[in-house]
Amino acid sequence: MSTRLATGGRLIDRSKAQAFTFNGKRFKGYAGDTLASALLGEDQMLMGRSFKYHRPRGVVASGAEEPNALVNLGKGTAHEPNARATTTELFDGLAATSQNHWPSLEFDVGAVNTHLSRFLPAGFYYKMFIHPRPLWKHVYEPFIRQSAGLGRAPDPETRDPDTYEHFYAFVDVLVIGGGVAGLQAAKAAGDAGAKVLLIEQNAHWGGRAPVDGGSIDGQAPEAWIDETLSALQAMPNVTVRSRTMGAGVYDHGYVLGYERLTDHAPQMDGPRHRLWRIRAAQIVTATGAIERPLSFAGNDIPGVMLASAVRDYVVNYGVVPGDRTVVVTNNDDAYRTALALKAAGLAVPAIIDARPNGGGALMQAARDQGIRVEVGRGIAKVKGGKRVSSVYMCDQAGSGAMLEEIPCDVVAMSGGWSPVVHLWSHCGGKLTWDDEQAFFRPDADRAPTGADGAAFVSVAGSANGHMGLAQGILDGDAVGKAAAKMAGFKPKRTKAPEAVSEDEAALVPVWLMPQGASRDLRAKAWLDYQNDVKVSDVQLAAREGFESVEHTKRYTTLGMATDQGKLSNINGLATLSNALNEAIPQVGTTTFRPPYTPISMGAIGGEARGDVFQPIRRTPIHEWHETNGAHWEPVGHWRRPYCFQRAGESVHDAVNREIKATRDSLGLLDASTLGKIIVKGPDAGRFLDMMYTNMMSTLPIGKCRYGLMCTENGFLTDDGVVARLDEDTWLCHTTTGGADRIHGHMEEWLQTEWWDWKVWTVNATEQYAQIAVVGPNARKLLEKLGGMDVSKETLPFMQWADGTLGGIQARVFRISFSGELSYEIAVPANQGRAFWDMLMEQGAEWNATPYGTEALHVMRAEKGFIMIGDETDGTIIPQDLGLHWALSKKKEDYLGKRAQQRSHMTDPNRWQLVGLETLDGSVLPDGAYAAADGTNDNGQRNTQGRVTSSYYSPTLDKGIAMGLVLNGPDRMGEVISFIKEDGETEMKATIVSPVFYDPEGEKQNV
Amino acid sequence: MSEAVQPLGGSAFDGLVHLSEAPLQGMITLRADLSDAAVKKAIKAATGQTMPDIRGASVQEGQGVLWMSPDEAMLLVPYAEVDAALAKLTKSLGKVHALAVNVSDARAMFSLRGPAAREVIAKLAPVDMAPGAFEPGMVRRTRFAQVAGAFWMEDQETIHVVCFRSVARYMFDLLSVASDPASAVDFF
Repeated sequence: MSTRLATGGRLIDRSKAQAFTFNGKRFKGYAGDTLASALLGEDQMLMGRSFKYHRPRGVVASGAEEPNALVNLGKGTAHEPNARATTTELFDGLAATSQNHWPSLEFDVGAVNTHLSRFLPAGFYYKMFIHPRPLWKHVYEPFIRQSAGLGRAPDPETRDPDTYEHFYAFVDVLVIGGGVAGLQAAKAAGDAGAKVLLIEQNAHWGGRAPVDGGSIDGQAPEAWIDETLSALQAMPNVTVRSRTMGAGVYDHGYVLGYERLTDHAPQMDGPRHRLWRIRAAQIVTATGAIERPLSFAGNDIPGVMLASAVRDYVVNYGVVPGDRTVVVTNNDDAYRTALALKAAGLAVPAIIDARPNGGGALMQAARDQGIRVEVGRGIAKVKGGKRVSSVYMCDQAGSGAMLEEIPCDVVAMSGGWSPVVHLWSHCGGKLTWDDEQAFFRPDADRAPTGADGAAFVSVAGSANGHMGLAQGILDGDAVGKAAAKMAGFKPKRTKAPEAVSEDEAALVPVWLMPQGASRDLRAKAWLDYQNDVKVSDVQLAAREGFESVEHTKRYTTLGMATDQGKLSNINGLATLSNALNEAIPQVGTTTFRPPYTPISMGAIGGEARGDVFQPIRRTPIHEWHETNGAHWEPVGHWRRPYCFQRAGESVHDAVNREIKATRDSLGLLDASTLGKIIVKGPDAGRFLDMMYTNMMSTLPIGKCRYGLMCTENGFLTDDGVVARLDEDTWLCHTTTGGADRIHGHMEEWLQTEWWDWKVWTVNATEQYAQIAVVGPNARKLLEKLGGMDVSKETLPFMQWADGTLGGIQARVFRISFSGELSYEIAVPANQGRAFWDMLMEQGAEWNATPYGTEALHVMRAEKGFIMIGDETDGTIIPQDLGLHWALSKKKEDYLGKRAQQRSHMTDPNRWQLVGLETLDGSVLPDGAYAAADGTNDNGQRNTQGRVTSSYYSPTLDKGIAMGLVLNGPDRMGEVISFIKEDGETEMKATIVSPVFYDPEGEKQNV
Repeated sequence: MSEAVQPLGGSAFDGLVHLSEAPLQGMITLRADLSDAAVKKAIKAATGQTMPDIRGASVQEGQGVLWMSPDEAMLLVPYAEVDAALAKLTKSLGKVHALAVNVSDARAMFSLRGPAAREVIAKLAPVDMAPGAFEPGMVRRTRFAQVAGAFWMEDQETIHVVCFRSVARYMFDLLSVASDPASAVDFF
């Protein structure tokens, strides 16, 4: 059984017990524990079930590479799936549950899959469910989705109670990884005067060095680590952050750092995670190395662990995974595990060393301790169900005939080490195969390069393939100095610390154990624990022609789980290369992509949640709308009132009331969102003649003109009223959504094409609150406010004037989008609300009624005015909408003119704008198509038009619509059929003029 | 005559910094060739301050000029004196091709006061806020999370932020969230 030792555990504080639960069961651990070490300390080896076969799985590793021990953390709103128990720091009250099991972790029905594994080989789903096609969507997919998945996704209705944030940091040298190499690199760069940020994913510093032993400058590694860390913390140009992972390296020295602030102490206030958005001149990745499993049958049975992890649990947490540990290895490092176990007083029945000649000094030390060492041997298979019970020892060179059964409850395996090259590779760093040490290491000659072609990432320590303590610290020093130099600093000529550790004999690569393992054994030799990929699966993929490592990955799902193949990658591709009979470097690796380990969605979103999830643009009158029943409509980032609902009133009734009140007496519209761009200069007239389809240069001062804007492809893009302010200044109104876009459009043409024209533009949209005062009593209200002459004679239709109204500076435009007598009045934004209040108060005698965007839409439709975005959709030219009158024939050119002369644009069969009236007065569905005879090649009904705007008109008490219809203007009076939403029911409508209301314009021109 | 009011009516929040909506500030956007001596002279005449270099700010007690782009400057003058300053500017520009527009009401302005001011900005704007990298006399036209904004430093512990009026509420909420007293970074 796994248990807590009476003494030891350098990271735990035995005076601080912490209570927690796992699957509802109560457990006890200590401050400093991880969830994995605490569970092991309480004999809970079984921590999860695998993805495909639901096999029982125990913890394998002790860090970020853990594939098996994934748990659900927290409850309710704080629930989070797929947390690695090995990196989850224990706290009092932690609640975890295991994943992917039903009905319980101990007894899982899905585990029947493991007995069917013979019938569930690689590619099974692809082969099985491809026919018959229709069954996929309705039968296979829902079934597979239900049985797949690891963690439970949070309930969509819950809201994460935590907060998150981003932080932008700029440094000269960023060091990722706080092991001895990273510490020394940061020290060397800091000593050179560079601004250094050192980040470490764990809570503690020094990496593996305190566990693996040796000495640095004559001290124990731990003492050197403490001393160096203190020195770094004292340096003003150096910042150190623990619990901060380097998640990804991107172009231009951009790095994402993932800081976990309160995961280990949820009672703390403040953000849970902080995403560091770092720009570094030079990046040093000192990310260490990960031990590789060995591929032998039963290597996934709980109790089979990485040798380094077994030693970590003993030394760091005072926890032993079992009473009797068999060590199986192809290198010297795993002997340290045997020695650590022996030192803790535990039994090591045997060290099984696959190398024919065994190891060096460490092997001798083990023998001196009386540990039995078997060289040239391997494990044929592990016996056990939910726990290891014994191993069958065999000859490594054979096919797995058992020489001896060795009872044990833990197998500590080591297949060698792989440098963590992920961050180096994220931005294009290439790897080279190191034959001697049997791993991929960064190729310094093919580094990620910046805009200047120089390398901006370098690697230090074991991540760089320098495996021993001595070489690692030397490399850290050299790389730190080089990085500082590249960043423009002068490194000091200091000597690197001298470290001593045991010499290690060379390893012998072992990709399958035993070398000639039978099919049965290979089918139980796991490569990828999380996704249940075995040696036999990769071999099958190779036989079926998946020669590229990327294809094999996707076919077998090797390395596609949440751990992204940290343990399985190299073993998998070595297996593939053997099957293909090619050298490993020829097969290559799959692509390493960020993040290194998953980061929270909360951290990515940062502060963007709740009130600041998205900016909402508010007009100066927004608050009034809010407190007066506004039913909101989003228009771009603006919120505009769709209508103002009174108590007990439906939206439909509110819209009708607003329209009637406006047409009968007086309506008010907050039109502040309309774009207002000022264009000035000696060439401004000429410029606007190019931007608009009509002539703007001839517009007299004091007058307004409605204008259309097209893209260079001829399509309508915006419209609005242009006013001439003085000799060389115009004011261009745009649509609500068009202000920024059209300003950018103008600037682009000015800066790239007509850079020599003397024109300046300013987007003054937000300087003004703009209010439309509309209706037969509009003039009376303005005359009551007083301050300027707004009579028909002084201020006729389509003119503007400056003055004051009710004591507020105002610019009054006599323009109308409703067909009524109408003034649009611009006042300084900071007085906008006061002006609105004044209009409401003084207009009360005429029942001044604020109206929203829907009333605006209906009234403009009654008048047959087009709306950008309704009548246009990016494929409509002015000619389609009968706007020929707005296309200047006097001008040589305007944007879109040439495009509009293309054959397709002049095709008489382009659908044209008309009005539509249903025979029964009902409202046509918006977007409905008009049916034509016959069907097209796809068997669909032919069409001859579609509805672009459709409303109930309270003024006319019937449905009115506009639409584009084939040869429409020539077919006035003809009845055509539209198809309703059900795709069948027809609605008959008559083609009429789009101007339904006051076609002579008598109402607006009074 | 109604009084002009600030977009949020003078909101304030205390956290890592003291955040407050600034009193009304006169602002003029000037589009012109800033390398033109006549333009520089006109700016000096209108604001009393010299046109700074690229990404520079010359501001003294709410009066000054901010570099916005090679052909755009923002002039700061007292709110009540905008019309007079505009007239003065227009007069001294004479026939120079330029466009000056009163944008005082188009903006909201906030002030952050306290030793953590740099840090609060660095949570929202992709700008190097380290001492030495950003100092009084500089301006950045950048973004704050999802909206455009600009800022400059008055002194080591005072930063002024301007944004469009319509997103004043978002900017205030954003700066308040970033000023959460429990969220100190202690990087600078």
